Amino acid sequence: MSNDRVGIIGIGQSNFRSRRDDASYPDLVREAVVPAMMDAGLDFDAIDAVVYSLSPDAMVGIGNAERLGVDAVGGRNKRFLRINTGGATGISSVAAAYYHIASGVCDVVLTAGADKVGECGDSQTVLNKIWDPTYERALPLGTINMLAMSAVRYMKRYGMTEEDMAYVTVKNRRQAALNPRAHLRKPVTIDDVMASRWISWPLKLMDCCPQSSGGAAMVLASEKFIRDNKLDAVWITGVAGRAETYWMGDRMGTNPTAEHADAYALGRSFAASYKMAGITDPSKQVHIAELYAPFSNTEFHAIDAARLVDNPGDSIKRLRDGEFELGGRIPVNPSGGTLCTNAIAVTAMARVAETALQVWGRAGAHQVAGARVGIASGNGGDHQIFGTMVIEA
Amino acid sequence: MEQPMELLGRQEVWNITYDHALGETASYFFTQIRDHGRIFGRRCAKSNRVLVPPRAFSDETLLPTTEWVEVGPGGQIEAFTFVYEQFNGLPPPPYAFGYVLLDGADTALGGYFRGVDLTNPAEAAVKLAIGTRVVTKFAEQRKGDVLDFWFEIA
Repeated sequence: MSNDRVGIIGIGQSNFRSRRDDASYPDLVREAVVPAMMDAGLDFDAIDAVVYSLSPDAMVGIGNAERLGVDAVGGRNKRFLRINTGGATGISSVAAAYYHIASGVCDVVLTAGADKVGECGDSQTVLNKIWDPTYERALPLGTINMLAMSAVRYMKRYGMTEEDMAYVTVKNRRQAALNPRAHLRKPVTIDDVMASRWISWPLKLMDCCPQSSGGAAMVLASEKFIRDNKLDAVWITGVAGRAETYWMGDRMGTNPTAEHADAYALGRSFAASYKMAGITDPSKQVHIAELYAPFSNTEFHAIDAARLVDNPGDSIKRLRDGEFELGGRIPVNPSGGTLCTNAIAVTAMARVAETALQVWGRAGAHQVAGARVGIASGNGGDHQIFGTMVIEA
Repeated sequence: MEQPMELLGRQEVWNITYDHALGETASYFFTQIRDHGRIFGRRCAKSNRVLVPPRAFSDETLLPTTEWVEVGPGGQIEAFTFVYEQFNGLPPPPYAFGYVLLDGADTALGGYFRGVDLTNPAEAAVKLAIGTRVVTKFAEQRKGDVLDFWFEIA
């Protein structure tokens, strides 16, 4: 394995905000692509392929918006592929870029995208449409109430309370305050979260991610290219993904394979990416984690699935004890995470990008001291399609 | 000092009509609900699991399901939530809905919960706690849809 690794050589992210009235959709993609290319120190001629990160079209209100994106990523006359795995899109796109290089077909691949969720007045209406039109569409299903039901089951199994959930928001907002790219950067208290209005019990407004607009881009390259051109890089040492049944009602009932309280397939994906990276005890070997968690409760099952604790549900007390804070045992979402910034098409790419910046030592005010091994995850669909990575300095 | 430039927007509404075919399995399921007020699942002969809502194949054994099995009308609550926020195109809040494991089924079916006061969600959550017995109620006028039935505490 001496000469066949895949490295990250360039990262670009815009500042994520509610709206970006100064930038069209392709302008926002380019806003991330240009700094990523400058970070890599490469011309567009060096790019062999582009993987385009774009979740549901209706969120940006442009059918097949990758068509508009081709110009913004310098994609003319290049291999070009759009990826959409819902919320996992960003990490799936990085994985696809990785596979282009690991296959030996390409040396340098750009992956990029953007979202303008803030321009969609009806994001839960759009997300309601991801449910089966035959049996479930007539119900008011959406990503918020789907994960509220996961919270209810997690409460029953592990004793989580609404106050436990509020601790996640308080932690992530405090961390987002240190990250100039984050969308919601105002620190809040437990009382603030508990007093925020009901959305879908037990989720309150401050348990929920915002609708963000912004872009992200990353440049990946083969180890040979990196060595030949004497480039600086961090390395993707583990990459995996797992899917689970569409049917939420199959994740409950009699002996479900994938309990809806937990993130079963995410756990399987982490196990595969740890195995690839040679990580045997993640709770001791991982220094920083950027885990896709758009609602406060979901950070607990993500921590469980990543095996940063011994047993599912242990995450509740350990988070309250400060183990996952900046300065704690394994900081989780030091960027503020998805709970503070959610530009859906690139949210899971931001998890990878932030993890890479951390192990690179370039994260800025929210840097985890001494981080050399990090993990990232993305969750997509109806909590159904997951991607995970291990990234090392 | 220069004024910030004027930035323009454009509002647009997508309104697209689909005429979805339900296929054989769902057509039987909804016909039984519409005409007889009865709910059926499909059994996988290999795993013996009864899938509700019914599917033509099992995602676990990857084999076709082989038998219609009547389930319910009693069951137990598996998941619930109470929605207090208005979303465009979705019902006016508040409402309670979730998933119920009907008697004889192995997987849970989504539907509304009715007859529970949602003024205080913590109190409502106790009344609809996971494991609570419920019964399926059917509308007088049924059209063959998941909104033809709902669940009430037994």
